[in-house]
Amino acid sequence: MSNIPADLRYAKSHEWLKLAADGTALVGITDYAQNSLGDITFAQLPKVGAALKAGETFGVVESVKAASDVYAPVSGTVLEVNKALDANPEKINQAPYTDAWLMKIKVANPADAAGLLSAEDYGKLTA
Amino acid sequence: MSQPQVTPLNAFHRAHGGRMVDFAGWDMPVQYKSILEEHKAVRTRCGLFDVSHMGEADVKGPEALKFLQHLVTNDCSKLFPGRILYTVMCYPHGGVVDDLLVYMRAEGDYLLCINAGNIAKDIAWMQEQAKGFNCTVTDRSGDYGQLAIQGPAAAALVQTLTQTDLGGIKYYHFADGEVAGVKCLISRTGYTGEDGVELYCAAGDTVRLAEAVVAAGGPFGLELAGLGARDSLRLEAGFPLYGHEITDKISPITAGLGWVVKFDKGPFIGSDVLKAEKEKGAARKIVFFKTGDRRIVRAETPVLNAAGAAVGIVVSGTLSPIINEAIGSALVEAAAAREPLQVDIRGTRLNLSLVKPPFVPLKKS
Repeated sequence: MSNIPADLRYAKSHEWLKLAADGTALVGITDYAQNSLGDITFAQLPKVGAALKAGETFGVVESVKAASDVYAPVSGTVLEVNKALDANPEKINQAPYTDAWLMKIKVANPADAAGLLSAEDYGKLTA
Repeated sequence: MSQPQVTPLNAFHRAHGGRMVDFAGWDMPVQYKSILEEHKAVRTRCGLFDVSHMGEADVKGPEALKFLQHLVTNDCSKLFPGRILYTVMCYPHGGVVDDLLVYMRAEGDYLLCINAGNIAKDIAWMQEQAKGFNCTVTDRSGDYGQLAIQGPAAAALVQTLTQTDLGGIKYYHFADGEVAGVKCLISRTGYTGEDGVELYCAAGDTVRLAEAVVAAGGPFGLELAGLGARDSLRLEAGFPLYGHEITDKISPITAGLGWVVKFDKGPFIGSDVLKAEKEKGAARKIVFFKTGDRRIVRAETPVLNAAGAAVGIVVSGTLSPIINEAIGSALVEAAAAREPLQVDIRGTRLNLSLVKPPFVPLKKS
């Protein structure tokens, strides 16, 4: 069974968003996504400062099996990317919701997060 | 779509968490836990692969050797009972029908091991070519199960299950014996570049044999390994895979397998064309490369020269879990292979460093 933390919001394209009170958010891929991809070998992440629109491709997560685009769950500006994944992309398999966040963004409109799926709804989507 | 075929271990794979995929019409585990971990286990300890999907054929009769000499490119007259030969068989135009192992059981009695995806094609081809020779070609694929136990600890593991002295069977030799009470053809071969064995048993004994190997495997660090690791291990070792480095359009000379093409044994199917290709120099060649980058360079990716012109195409590509960079093989114009070559991966140009495989030191005996 895939792990779906209750405190995150989810995109149908299998990214999660963890919104902080200051309007920043961490973005990563879900346990379901990492499990579907299999052994992850490379993460191509955006440039710091890049402006992303909701639904836009912000990078690529690649596994032995396939390279898969990842999509911004909400609009925002990239504040930081997870450099630790350069050397250890397999962390995305091991800790998709914690150590292996992909990027930190300044969310353009924090209210947009409410438009994403709840854990319960994402669970139904991936059941 | 027809139903995929299953090996005797299908339920075993599912019970062990195998992630099942369709491979050449067979329902097979691509991995159990992790392709990368299974790969590393085989390089450092040992892994168990179900290779029961591979095909087997008997070639029997007074003219079996004469037929095989006509059929395949390598010299089967070098065989003696208990000896195995790697070879290819070609079409008259030089393209490859399949690559295979030839086991000599006795005079006039040979066992062939052929690729799963080619069984029907190979059997039809061989039976057609055997006309006029006093020998028979019989498909035995359904009668055999086959397990590969590969890795530096593989022989020690299997030795705990058999009275046969595995140290006494050299690389590319075989013996009949019993493993875990199951009658087996014990073959010192493999597709990983590591030491190990391949065990051919009666199809109905395969589950019992696999369970016994797993039960004995703990102290040897055995992992179940799927087709994903099988593919990355063979590529790291520089072994060809039918449909990639060799096809009906890629000859053994082009593929760098000239060492299995023996013109001095006399004419065989394709010999004229292959000889001409060898003498003229192949117009294209298979090269192996690494990139120094983790982005996988997948099959079908165009290979570019310094000017950006396409001079070839990638035929296999993966990430080596041992050297932690992308490795692969490509079919390129022979003249271009001396120039710097590149690929474009999602907008990033990567240089190909050509490598004479294996990509990692191998310990095969």
